[in-house]
Amino acid sequence: MIQQVKRYLNTQGEAAPLAVFRVSFGLLMLASLIRFWSYGWIEKFYISPSFHFTFYGFEWVRPFGNYTYLLFAICAFSTIMITLGYKYRLAITLFFLSFTYIELMDKTMYLNHYYFISMLSFLMIFIPAGSYFSIDALQLSRKRTTTPIQFVPRWTIDSIKLLLGIVYVYAGLAKLNSDWLLEAMPLKIWLPSKFDIPLIGDLLGQEWVQHVFSWFGAGYDLFIPFLLLWRKSRPFAFIMVIIFHVLTRVLFPIGMFPYVMIVSALIFFDAGFHKRIIYAFAKAVKYPQQLLETTQHYTFRNSNLAKVSVIIVAMFFAIQLLLPWRYLAYPGELFWTEEGYRFSWRVMLMEKSGYAQFKIVDGVSGKRFYADNTDFLTPLQEKQMSFQPDFILEYAHYLRDHFESQGHQEVEVYVESYVALNGRLSTTYIDPKVDLAQIEDSFAHKNWIIPFTDEIKGL
Amino acid sequence: MKKIFGIIAIALFFYACGSDDTTITTDDSGSDNTGNFDRSAMLTNWADNIIVPGYVDFNAKVNTLESATAAFTADASDLTAVRAAWVDAYTTWQRVSMFEIGPAETVNLRLNVNIYPANVTTIENNIDNGSYDFELSSNRSAKGFPAIDYLLYGLGADETAILAVYNGTDGAAYKQYLNDVVADMKQLTASVLSEWQGSYRATFIDNDGASATASTDRLVNDYIFYYEKFLRAGKMGIPGGVFSGNVEVGNLEALYAGDLSKEFFLVGLDATQDFFNGIAYNTSAQGESLSSYLEELNAIKDGVDLSDIINSQFDVARTSVAALGSFESELTENSTVSFLESYNEVQRLVPLLKVDMVSAMSISIDFADADGD
Repeated sequence: MIQQVKRYLNTQGEAAPLAVFRVSFGLLMLASLIRFWSYGWIEKFYISPSFHFTFYGFEWVRPFGNYTYLLFAICAFSTIMITLGYKYRLAITLFFLSFTYIELMDKTMYLNHYYFISMLSFLMIFIPAGSYFSIDALQLSRKRTTTPIQFVPRWTIDSIKLLLGIVYVYAGLAKLNSDWLLEAMPLKIWLPSKFDIPLIGDLLGQEWVQHVFSWFGAGYDLFIPFLLLWRKSRPFAFIMVIIFHVLTRVLFPIGMFPYVMIVSALIFFDAGFHKRIIYAFAKAVKYPQQLLETTQHYTFRNSNLAKVSVIIVAMFFAIQLLLPWRYLAYPGELFWTEEGYRFSWRVMLMEKSGYAQFKIVDGVSGKRFYADNTDFLTPLQEKQMSFQPDFILEYAHYLRDHFESQGHQEVEVYVESYVALNGRLSTTYIDPKVDLAQIEDSFAHKNWIIPFTDEIKGL
Repeated sequence: MKKIFGIIAIALFFYACGSDDTTITTDDSGSDNTGNFDRSAMLTNWADNIIVPGYVDFNAKVNTLESATAAFTADASDLTAVRAAWVDAYTTWQRVSMFEIGPAETVNLRLNVNIYPANVTTIENNIDNGSYDFELSSNRSAKGFPAIDYLLYGLGADETAILAVYNGTDGAAYKQYLNDVVADMKQLTASVLSEWQGSYRATFIDNDGASATASTDRLVNDYIFYYEKFLRAGKMGIPGGVFSGNVEVGNLEALYAGDLSKEFFLVGLDATQDFFNGIAYNTSAQGESLSSYLEELNAIKDGVDLSDIINSQFDVARTSVAALGSFESELTENSTVSFLESYNEVQRLVPLLKVDMVSAMSISIDFADADGD
């Protein structure tokens, strides 16, 4: 067993797939950042709001006012370096840090696919994706008489496949619940509202279509990594990838995510396919042909570094495999309490919305009044806050501090909240008798959430 | 491999064609035999049977107010007729205030005719100066219904004292101001109505798709915004001290005339419920509406139709508010408990509309154009 692992870790393969992956990743990330910037979202989401929701333990991560643009510029610059393969390891590290910082600035903006980009870029720090068809390789060949690398450890390519596989399979497992499979929820709500899409719009209101879509979606997520791995089903699987993501793009506002997934799926194709792409590109940019055909294998500069890299990547995957199951440690319905919901590839899984209004009580004078959320939060922040307990708590603390700074004393904060989940009638969400000003946030179960009145069976 | 390239190229092209926020409008073939609710029928009912007739009526009432004001300023001997015309127009306003979409949104109708309480200092300064620009946003609280409220009821302790102002040394300036305020309202109202009777009706109905910019989504947002902000908070919550902890009688609607704010609230409540049920303006005919949409979507919650739940909460709120004395008397009594209890019944509708109704229809509230995943 140990022997097999060792042998596997020492197996080498063509570097071309990593080069294609690197270039397309860099370009897509650049496009994402330009798109984000051009929509005015940096201003809208990170500079205008006076208050930001933070991640537990990352309260110190804050936007920098107008300098936030600089952060995005650094991030965009790093994507260009990644694309060109210029000082690749520095570039990908810079990208990981700046992109992750951006994502940590406001929890309101959390999306699974941003989390995916963060995780992927972390993984790519340990992958020699900049050693082939890159400026780094070009400079290496000019400076010294060494030949650039042609072969890299196989595990570096396979680890990208594994991460994609985890994303898909966990997204599929998350769909194995009674709402998704038996009630066709939330697609039963989402699809009919897309009646104006050409060709298929009229079908989307049909109940059988909603059920077919639900089952197809779950099946796709569960099996697509395996269909991509198997050589014979690969072309078919890739067509499925395109159809599936085009469909999600048409039906839902999910930005760049479909492109990222379609292009990422190319990593499953064999080296010959990638080499053809590289050769076509190399011709176009006049990249010296002889640098694409060497016999040079990737070697670590020192073996300790190699060991550390492998251990870090192994730990990374252990965490990735375990983290989505942490919800099992909490009582109650996951969709309702959202304890362990994030960072688990639960993508487009439920229709949940809420309403929360906060009652402020001056503990000394007894004066009581309601806060107007629009005074403090953007519409998007308010929307996210109204059905997620950690948001509600953080905002309640903010209100407490705000009104105490205005001269109220011993402020108590209560919330009257209603949440509707997957088409059920809204019910009370947070115990209205609990003074949130006194509650400290932690990873412990939030016993001030009123239990879910229904049951969703499944994983 | 070439094939796969081709597929990618086609796919990416397909993407590029769909911009991020497309509004595709279907043709009006009305083929809704597919289990899809026909939004254009609902939009048509809203426009032709509720919104336009409402504006026609409101416009007529404003014109009546104009003639009554002209008559009063020609001979300031009796306030009865002009006051009655103002009450009538103000009451009708409560039925159309929620339609702040399209032309009304363009001219900010609501902000221009009903910011209360009126800013008396600004009004008096304007009258003293004899020149004022009603286009300025700083003058919004010095015109519209609340300004007329002050000019017809608040200039003196009783009718005699008020008439004395109009017939006194500055009388001409006051008369001029009153006429100008009414003229401003008339011009705004007429422009909104003529837009609706002109091209906007078709624009509104044709935009029958499902996106943040489609008519249904936008009007539903405007409707809920009105209910929450102007009906619930403006007419009851703020005066009742719900947001400040202090009762603010001075923030009641029709402050100087008095004893109208409860009636206005109830008219507004009726109007919002009628809109929900698609009931034609001032008749009992019923067309496609939010409630029939919910029924079409089969929005059954705990065995009850959501539209029934919403309607019964409307009824509960109405009964509760109707049982109160005038808002003025309720808020100046020792205890505001019953007023706040009624407010809570009015409040209970907010999550029903804002959470249950819109999530059943998949309409996003306060559309924020961010990505989802």
